[in-house]
Amino acid sequence: MATKKVKGVAYEVNDEGFLLDPATWTKEYAVEAAKEEGLEELTETHWKVIDFARQSAASAGGASPTLRTITDGAAITTKDLFALFPKGPAKKVAKIAGLKKPEGCV
Amino acid sequence: MKTLLVLGAGTAGTMIAKKMASKLDKNQWKVILVDKDTKHYYQPGFLFIPFGKYEEKHVIKNNRQYIPAGIEYIISNIELIEPDANQVRLTLDHRLIHYDYLIVATGCDIHPEETEGLKGEGWRKNIFDFYTYDGAAALRKFLDRWEGGRMVVNVVENPIKCPVAPLEFLFLADWVFTQRGIRNKVELVYATPLPGAFTKPKASAALGALLARKNIQIEADYNIGEVDPVHNVIKSYDEREVPYDLLISIPTNKGSDLIKRSGMGDALNFIPTDKHTLQSTKWQNIWVTGDATNIPASKAGATIHFQMESVVENMLAHIHGKEMHSTFDGHATCYIETGFNKATLIDFSYDQEPLPGMYPMPLVGPFTLLGESTINHIGKLAFRYLYWDLMMRGIEVPLPSQFSMAGKKK
Repeated sequence: MATKKVKGVAYEVNDEGFLLDPATWTKEYAVEAAKEEGLEELTETHWKVIDFARQSAASAGGASPTLRTITDGAAITTKDLFALFPKGPAKKVAKIAGLKKPEGCV
Repeated sequence: MKTLLVLGAGTAGTMIAKKMASKLDKNQWKVILVDKDTKHYYQPGFLFIPFGKYEEKHVIKNNRQYIPAGIEYIISNIELIEPDANQVRLTLDHRLIHYDYLIVATGCDIHPEETEGLKGEGWRKNIFDFYTYDGAAALRKFLDRWEGGRMVVNVVENPIKCPVAPLEFLFLADWVFTQRGIRNKVELVYATPLPGAFTKPKASAALGALLARKNIQIEADYNIGEVDPVHNVIKSYDEREVPYDLLISIPTNKGSDLIKRSGMGDALNFIPTDKHTLQSTKWQNIWVTGDATNIPASKAGATIHFQMESVVENMLAHIHGKEMHSTFDGHATCYIETGFNKATLIDFSYDQEPLPGMYPMPLVGPFTLLGESTINHIGKLAFRYLYWDLMMRGIEVPLPSQFSMAGKKK
């Protein structure tokens, strides 16, 4: 386990940098986590996706949304989602939104 | 009389229907098994078809020989599952079956139409899949005449059946093209949405090293957006273009359309399932097994073999009003063909990534985990006999269901 300090507040994260308890998440945390993922600025559309992901996880027993759940639920195209969160959108969104690492197939 | 209805007579449905039929009181229970046809596929064998190492007779058999007389075996398409009414509608004679318990084992299939251009003019000309028998057979014809070029293997998105099969395909291609004397004319590329050769770090490093040693290029974090079959190039969402002469696609895998029609699945038609008990998260008298579930375990025959114990024991406990004790731990064991009569092996679970060591017994093995050996390759080939002659006939395969750390090195 490790801690990540953002503006004087310590957050508990796991070895891969995912927040341990989604309830401890704050917007400041998201901004910092986004920077670590190479996103210098979070636009309104970024926030729309992050908010959707948090709602989706809350109603799915904490499970992070898959890429398809995000595109279907947040009304965004896959191409746009990749433009917003390059390379691995589902994983990046989960990290920034303070959710668990998405469960892959293996 | 009570009814246990099993939908799908593939690996999971066939094995579990037989096991349940042998455990339930015949005076009280009727077991019904439904599938659209009697063809039973040994799907792990599809990998060997394109290289001419297996023929149709090795991978397709008539399922009737594996279904005992005590099970009512119906050949029909399924129109709809109505889980709130405990009934299933078949297309055959519009038969309506009421069930007390239901097992859904309807599997998953490839959907090339999900990717723009994939099923266009290049499909089965210089674009192939090997996850269907037809695709694998068509690819064999193509490869028999192929003189070389740039072969790109692309996984569209996860989850897929047998996540190691694309790697095995590349390793076998490297071997077969070497044998045919054209390896110097063939470029091998693996374009995968994963950040490396595999999901978990240790296996990813070991398999990544094998790719490098065999001169197979990897295009990681590659999420395909479209295929341009006119210019023979695939494009990712982040606009990376990868040209090909021959594209081997592992298209999007989805659960059956039946699941979608019945309103039981997620965005990919996989059914939300408790990952330890294999019970549906929504309906208490429904169990889901094999590739039809949404659990984060490998979609593979070995996983089904390890799941079976939990499905059978938990369902019986539930039927008899007892507590469910059997916990599926996500155990999977995969032989990975690496070419030149060798294979490697991984053994892992929900909580434990693949590690090096020996399997199933410490020190003596005989199989080596995350290391290449001839005995692993023999194990892989022996599995076909194990499958048809033991698993399908309901004879116990002597491998423990629960994952064990014995023989593994941290």
